[in-house]
Amino acid sequence: MKRVSAPLSDDVVEDLRAGDEVLISGVIYAARDAAHKRMVDLLSKGEPLPFDIKGQVIYYAGPSPTRPGEVIGSAGPTTSYRMDPYAPVLIQNGLKGMIGKGQRTEPVVEAMKRFKAVYFAAVGGAGALIARAVKSNKIVAYEELGPEAVRMLEVADFPVIVAQDCHGGDLFVEGVRKYGRPFP
Amino acid sequence: MAKRTVQTSEITEKVKQLCTSASWDLDDDLITSIKEGLRVEESPTGKQILEQILENARISRETKLPSCQDTGFAIIFLEIGQDVCFEGGDLNEAVHEGVRQGYGEAYLRKSIVDDPAIDRKNTRDNTPAVIHTEIVKGDRVKIVLAAKGGGSENMSGVAMLKPADGIEGVRRFVIERVKKAGGNPCPPIIVGVGIGGTFEKCALLAKKALLRPLGSHHPDKRYAAFETELLEEINASGIGPQGLGGRVTALAVHVETFPCHIASLPAAVNVNCHASRHKEAII
Repeated sequence: MKRVSAPLSDDVVEDLRAGDEVLISGVIYAARDAAHKRMVDLLSKGEPLPFDIKGQVIYYAGPSPTRPGEVIGSAGPTTSYRMDPYAPVLIQNGLKGMIGKGQRTEPVVEAMKRFKAVYFAAVGGAGALIARAVKSNKIVAYEELGPEAVRMLEVADFPVIVAQDCHGGDLFVEGVRKYGRPFP
Repeated sequence: MAKRTVQTSEITEKVKQLCTSASWDLDDDLITSIKEGLRVEESPTGKQILEQILENARISRETKLPSCQDTGFAIIFLEIGQDVCFEGGDLNEAVHEGVRQGYGEAYLRKSIVDDPAIDRKNTRDNTPAVIHTEIVKGDRVKIVLAAKGGGSENMSGVAMLKPADGIEGVRRFVIERVKKAGGNPCPPIIVGVGIGGTFEKCALLAKKALLRPLGSHHPDKRYAAFETELLEEINASGIGPQGLGGRVTALAVHVETFPCHIASLPAAVNVNCHASRHKEAII
C-alpha cells in the first residue's frame, strides 16, 4: 500500500506502477464530460482554467446531492473513456493524475508517457464508501451544470489502484493476460 | 366484470417509494452472488474490489446514502390489468411526478438532460421517466422500476444478424461486445440478451432479461444451456472486477427470446453493472 499526496510531482508519478494499491490524500478536483469540454475550449482560446491545473489530480465524478449535515453525496467514479478526447490536452498543460474507471485509449496513454501522468482506478459503484474519504467539498466552477460542476475535494486515504502508469504498464491488459483462459 | 378504480395519486406514491428504496437497498440475492464471487475470485486486486463493493452495500443500507452516485434513468414497466380504470389525472404524468418526488426528496442525482444532441440542459428533476406499458388480464397494476445507470447502458447494443449467422452468430456478437466493454460497465456485470422480435422489440427483450431473478434460466433447455455457456465464456475472458483482471466478470446471463421474421435474426445485449437496482410494487 502506497500513500500519496495530491497535487502530484513527477517523481511521485514515475514511482507509481500498474497494480499498486494507493491511498490518496490532499486536494483533487472533480470534473466530467461537460466541464472538460469547457476547459479544453478555454485552453484553445488561451484563456485561464477555473483552477491552476499544474500537478493536479482530476477525479471523474458527478456526486449525488449532498444531504444536510454531510460533506458529499454518493461519490463513486464515472467511466473515463468519455474524457479521453480531452485528457491529452490537459496532461500536456500539467495535469498529473486522473481517477476514474475503465480503460484509457492510446492517445491518453501516449500523453501520460510523454508528459508524466498516471491513471488511477477507483471502484465503480462504491459511492457510499468513497464518500467517507471526502473531508470537504466545494464547487469552484460551472455550478449551473448540477452534477457536472467542477468541485474542489479534500480527501483523506481515498483508496485507488494504479491502472495505467507513465511507463506503459496497463493493469487491464495484464489482468486479462494473467486470468484469461481458453474457451471452450 | 366490474371495473376496479385506481387513483393516480397511488401510482405517484408507489413510484416515489420504489425510486427511493432502489437507491440504497440492493437485493439479498445480488449480495449473495457477489459474496460467492469473492469466494471463487483468484486475483488479489479482484478480491479487494469485491470486498469494497460488499462494504459499500452495507454502508448504503445502513445510512440510506445511494450505493452508486449514478442513481440512474428511471425506467418504469407498468403492467395494467385490463379491468382497471384510473382516476385523478394523467397516468403517465403521475409516474413522472413519482420520479420527481422520489429523486428530489431522497437527494438522488438529477442525471437527465433535455435535448440529447445539442444543448443538453439538465432537466433538474430526473424526469422524464422512460415508461413501458403492457395491458394484461386481471385487475391489478404492477409497477417495476429499473434504475439504470449510464455507464453500463452505454456498453449495450443491437445487431441485425442474418438467419445464417445462427446461435453461433449471437454468441460471437455478445462475447465481442462484452470483451470490448472491458472494465467500462463496472464488472462484475449482469448480461441481458434478447434474441428475435423486431429491432426495438429485441432491445426491449434484452432489458426485460435484466429484470429476471438473478441466475434464473430460460424455460427452453437449449437457450438455458446457451445462457450457461455465455456466462462461462465471459468469465473465462479474464476481464475480472472493474476490468482489472480476474475470474469474476459476470454474475449471470439471462436470455429472452421472441418469434422473428424469416429474413431476420435480431440480437441485443443490454449490460447491467453490479449495482442492479430493481424494485416492484403491486396495487
